[in-house]
Amino acid sequence: MGRIKEKFRELREKNKAALICYVTAGDPDIDLTEQIIGHMEASGVDMVEIGIPFSDPMADGPVIQAASERALANSTSVSDVLSLVRRIRSRSDIPVILFGYYNPFFSYGAERFARDAREAGADGVLVVDLPPEEAGELSTHVEREGLDRIFLLAPTSTEERIEMVSQNASGFIYVVSVTGVTGARPDMDYDLEDLVERIKRRSELPVGVGFGVSSARQAAAIASFSDAVIVGSALVRIIEGGGEERQEVLGRISSFTEELSAACYR
Amino acid sequence: MGKTDRKYSYPDVEGHFGDFGGRYVSETLMPALIELQRAYDEAAADETFHEEIDYYLKQYAGRPTPLYYARAMTENLGGAKIYLKREDLAHTGAHKINNTIGQGVLCGRMGKDRIIAETGAGQHGVATATVAALLNKECVIYMGEEDTKRQELNVFRMKLLGAEVRPVVSGTKTLKDAMNEAMRDWVTNVRNTFYIIGSVAGPHPYPMMVRDFQSVIGHEAMEQILAAEGKLPDTLVACVGGGSNAMGLFFPFIEESGVRKIGVEAAGHGLDSGLHSATITAGSVGVLHGSKTYLLQDEDGQVKGAHSVAAGLDYPGVGPEHSYFQDAGEVDYVSVTDEEALSAFSFLSEVEGIIPALETAHAIAHVRKIAPSMSSEQVIVICLSGRGDKDIHTASSLL
Repeated sequence: MGRIKEKFRELREKNKAALICYVTAGDPDIDLTEQIIGHMEASGVDMVEIGIPFSDPMADGPVIQAASERALANSTSVSDVLSLVRRIRSRSDIPVILFGYYNPFFSYGAERFARDAREAGADGVLVVDLPPEEAGELSTHVEREGLDRIFLLAPTSTEERIEMVSQNASGFIYVVSVTGVTGARPDMDYDLEDLVERIKRRSELPVGVGFGVSSARQAAAIASFSDAVIVGSALVRIIEGGGEERQEVLGRISSFTEELSAACYR
Repeated sequence: MGKTDRKYSYPDVEGHFGDFGGRYVSETLMPALIELQRAYDEAAADETFHEEIDYYLKQYAGRPTPLYYARAMTENLGGAKIYLKREDLAHTGAHKINNTIGQGVLCGRMGKDRIIAETGAGQHGVATATVAALLNKECVIYMGEEDTKRQELNVFRMKLLGAEVRPVVSGTKTLKDAMNEAMRDWVTNVRNTFYIIGSVAGPHPYPMMVRDFQSVIGHEAMEQILAAEGKLPDTLVACVGGGSNAMGLFFPFIEESGVRKIGVEAAGHGLDSGLHSATITAGSVGVLHGSKTYLLQDEDGQVKGAHSVAAGLDYPGVGPEHSYFQDAGEVDYVSVTDEEALSAFSFLSEVEGIIPALETAHAIAHVRKIAPSMSSEQVIVICLSGRGDKDIHTASSLL
């Protein structure tokens, strides 16, 4: 059984929604990314989503876009990210999801990427700008290597698309909570619960909700009806605000993720 | 007569031109693209849609534009007979209006009340703001901060037309970043917003739709050249940034293998300098802005900034159908430098009394190289895609 599936099973017994936290690899450098992930895990984060930086992150808001620019300022590449995964895997069993835009994967080579990601110890792949219609080549290799193929669904997704994603996905389904780009929002007005239910009627996979989760209160609300709570921009903002104060960044990441993790227990 | 027996039929239903094109976008946009495609398919089958577009093209934009025999340029170069397809004479001064009228009318049919667009040189932004004013829609134009400085006049024109111009400060602060920002706006406001993409780029159905709206250039040119010369031209030449004016001229001739098509990219400071926009001649295949196409990128798959003296060519991607044409050998892609383009800018102004856009000057520059060695029986048609008023400031500082 894959680490992602195993983790969801383990959490169901604890009656906790999985807390999945995002960090852009190499923001502001790859060593700090590694330490951040260590602190996240120690604070109760259940899975990590590691962002591969891209020059043109069309689906992201200004916070993650700026993180990508900082990571690219020191030329963080797919190879650097895979080395990071290898180091994490050497000391931890935390599920690792690689998140990014297709061009760096395509440039690295779909087959080579899937093989190297599996060897490094990654568990799942989510490519934002690769809907099922275009995912063929990468999906084939990712599946062959036994990695999970994670796809997005949005409030605008029709029943037809929910069905298509259900047919193609593994690991879990990632629900984008709002129509818009990534970024922390004070309120989420969409009737998410209904969307999650519609997806669950068509798929047995766990459903996680992300894009815009910025507080423990929101996390608790989402945890009550979904299998995972995904937090990104709110964490990246802590890194952005930390500047050179690495210990302070790590401390703030720890206390925020502890709060989020506590909120994920139902 | 085509090169092969089959008729040209790309794109396929999912927007692929061979290996190129497609819809590489986040899930949030997929339903919007599918909705747009359905609306377009439905409209395209409706005679009243075409009638409405034709009405505006004729009465509002001033079409058909002339196909002008450039006698002085022909005599000066001493070879092939040269005709200019005068898109510079269309309303707003460039071919961009053909597309914004088409998408604007479609927007009206879809009942959306807000229009957004990206722009580089500002020509597409002006053409979009114009149509938004005409059709009484709210209009927001995204433009790289660098470009707002280089093209102040067009920024003023857009504002005068009632559009809000939002300077984009992310990334390279040019056209590609303006397109990222417009996409983000569309993702966020997809329910009431129509995104008018300005080139044959982006996710399906845009490359096809923009091609169809710009094909009026080639259809008119074909009819006009047959009337003037009694035969098809030997060679078509157009500049290529994203590639919409070239597509508009070439596409109606695509099954005519006897007509050579040449797309002219911007070599900037030279292909070896790294400062250019020659996506097809010097790039490699990748995925940007929703489609698979040739790109300027580094070895890690990060998109590189482009350079050209012509802001409208300053784009690191190119329409996916051009990528297909390149690999299928349907079109020859070449490049000319900033210096050659500037020289052609002066040349056409002096010889014909026509000040071309710096983008268009790239096509003129290439014709100066090939026309002298062709016979006087042969005919070249150049797409004179836009007028050069917007470039006077840039040119005067460089000439």
